[in-house]
Amino acid sequence: MTHRSPPSRTVRVDALSRVEGEGGLDVQIEDGRVSGVQLRIYEPPRFFEAFLRGRHHTEPPDITARICGICPVAYQMSACLAIEDACGVRVDGPLHELRRLLYFGEWIESHGLHVYLLHAPDFMGYPSAIDMAEDHPDLVRRGLAMKKVGNDLLELIGGRAVHPVNVRVGGFYRLPTAAELAPMRERLLVGLDAALETVAWVAGFDFPDLEHHHPYVALEQPDDYAVLGGRIRSTAGLDVPVADFDRAIEETQVPWSTALHAHLLDGDHYLVGPLARFALNRERLHPAALAAAATAGLTGPCRNPFQSIVVRAVELVHAFASAVDVIDAYERPDRPAVDVPARAGVGHGATEAPRGLLYHRYELADDGTILDARIVPPTSQNQSAIEHDLFDFIDDRLADHDDVALAAGIEALVRSYDPCISCATHFLDVRVDRTGSGAP
Amino acid sequence: MAAGPSLAVWKFASCDGCQLTLLDCEDDLLEVAGAVRISSFLEASSAVVDGPYDISLVEGSITTEADAARIREVRAASKTLVTIGACATGGGVQALRNFADVEEYLSIVYAQPQFIDTLDRVTPIADHVPVDLELRGCPVTRAQLLEVLAALLAGRRPVLPSSSVCEECKRAGNPCVLVAHGTPCLGPVTHAGCGALCPSYHRGCYGCFGPHDSARPGPLVPLLRAVGSSDPRIVDLLRTFNVHDGSVVSP
Ligand code: SF4
Ligand code: SF4
Repeated sequence: MTHRSPPSRTVRVDALSRVEGEGGLDVQIEDGRVSGVQLRIYEPPRFFEAFLRGRHHTEPPDITARICGICPVAYQMSACLAIEDACGVRVDGPLHELRRLLYFGEWIESHGLHVYLLHAPDFMGYPSAIDMAEDHPDLVRRGLAMKKVGNDLLELIGGRAVHPVNVRVGGFYRLPTAAELAPMRERLLVGLDAALETVAWVAGFDFPDLEHHHPYVALEQPDDYAVLGGRIRSTAGLDVPVADFDRAIEETQVPWSTALHAHLLDGDHYLVGPLARFALNRERLHPAALAAAATAGLTGPCRNPFQSIVVRAVELVHAFASAVDVIDAYERPDRPAVDVPARAGVGHGATEAPRGLLYHRYELADDGTILDARIVPPTSQNQSAIEHDLFDFIDDRLADHDDVALAAGIEALVRSYDPCISCATHFLDVRVDRTGSGAP
Repeated sequence: MAAGPSLAVWKFASCDGCQLTLLDCEDDLLEVAGAVRISSFLEASSAVVDGPYDISLVEGSITTEADAARIREVRAASKTLVTIGACATGGGVQALRNFADVEEYLSIVYAQPQFIDTLDRVTPIADHVPVDLELRGCPVTRAQLLEVLAALLAGRRPVLPSSSVCEECKRAGNPCVLVAHGTPCLGPVTHAGCGALCPSYHRGCYGCFGPHDSARPGPLVPLLRAVGSSDPRIVDLLRTFNVHDGSVVSP
């Protein structure tokens, strides 16, 4: 690392690996200082919001699930909440609890994938979890086993792990029986132990120094570590209902990305995801998770993005322990879904996807036809904050790191946000640049 | 590193769900990894080995000029090319834009459409290069993915279902959702492979495995009308996840 670098150069990481979707990164350096960073997202756009127009209000859970194979439940749930809101219906009680249970399955699957297969290899010094398994088979098996419990929970309730078939506006098609859930409870307890071991393991990694100060944004509820709905809060004082998302956050297009960039209205970039949830909602974690966080040294907001792996592990504990609680309290409702009759209106829905706040908005005609749809996924909200962090991280290390070492560190940093590029490229909104017509 | 045949996984326009299904084979993942040399799988590894590859699994459909060129390179570097899932095999949900005006879509989504490279039509892989095997489903099933890998490793033809979802459903002994509950269902015209998952969860099939080879929606349409589906809804139902041209969907 003593290699002297020429003062002006471009570092390019062509294809980022171990992220979901396709992206790369350009860094410009002038006179020995970083002058620009662009997270290039070249995943082709898939235009979901455009082809949702004209479809029926019962369809977004199945259609928007296909935006992302890693967090389809998040899309299904945000879609359901938004459409139910448009139709003036609230789904609560046991059906709401069952939705949380399904969602915990997705958190477990997604965080398990990220912690063990995508992120840990960076700290352990391997190109992949499969290579890591040659030296540490038990570790990788533990991660795969946890992930499998998440998948099996998704399958039990949803029918399958990727694009579950059992979610509908208003609830479900088929309700699990208590007898079906009982064996799952035992497996979740085994998963809980594995998650606690995971916290202890990842807390011991050697984390590069980096501290960022972006506002953190997450949903908040008075008595839960919010997953489904709540108010939108930030560490910088934002506190609005989900229906005001549009008034709090705006999206703009940049030439180097097929994903729109989001900013708070005062122009500041911000971060959503595990670090944000943890900063805003830490005391509402399940007691088991709160205790695990404390033993890992996390007693307040965590501002080093590399340490998000510890927070994800803490959220794994939360998801396993909370899933057990939901099963313990489960009483099978009489009906799998409440009726959601169509009516003209606009509805908003937001939930906490594994990667952070996911917002949907639908405008419906009186027969349920979708007139307009807007979807803002977590990764497009984080792009700008990621670029700022990269800027600082690289600028600090330019003098004593060569390009190879720099590129490896950069990739590891990008991975720490668990960016989901498939998610980020299908957003869109008429509002951003049309003047006069069609703006919601 | 194992010595077996080399495996590469490629992504085009997709949701990553099909390649995730490979990572989801938790019990078998390390075994598969031991039997093949995973030479390129960006979602799972930062190590990339140059081709040629014995087996290429391709996820996603072609939506840009650059991707149309890339799939030809992938084909040239691959001995056996397998498309995995509805996007690669049939165009996928994003092919819905084939029924609309792309310029208008771009302007709905982007302030500056000139920055966005996109083709007018979304096409499956087989429209661009010869494909050796096609797996259906949105997503593919783990069982079919493992069967294909096992068959290729053993040098035999994979055993994949060829009937319809309706036949799978009858075999599973489910009551018919269409007859018993008046629920619109595409089981009679949809390719088998999921084990009639949706009907066993008390809902109608929405066709994510794509049209069955001898599918004729003709006879199904009056049944769907009889349970109250309007013609526009029937068209929507028939063409959501697997139809990149209009051929199978005029009621
Ligand atoms: S076929 Fe479905 S699951 Fe597979 S990549 Fe395409 S959208 Fe995702
Ligand atoms: S029943 Fe139809 S929609 Fe459901 S999984 Fe099977 S093929 Fe897909």
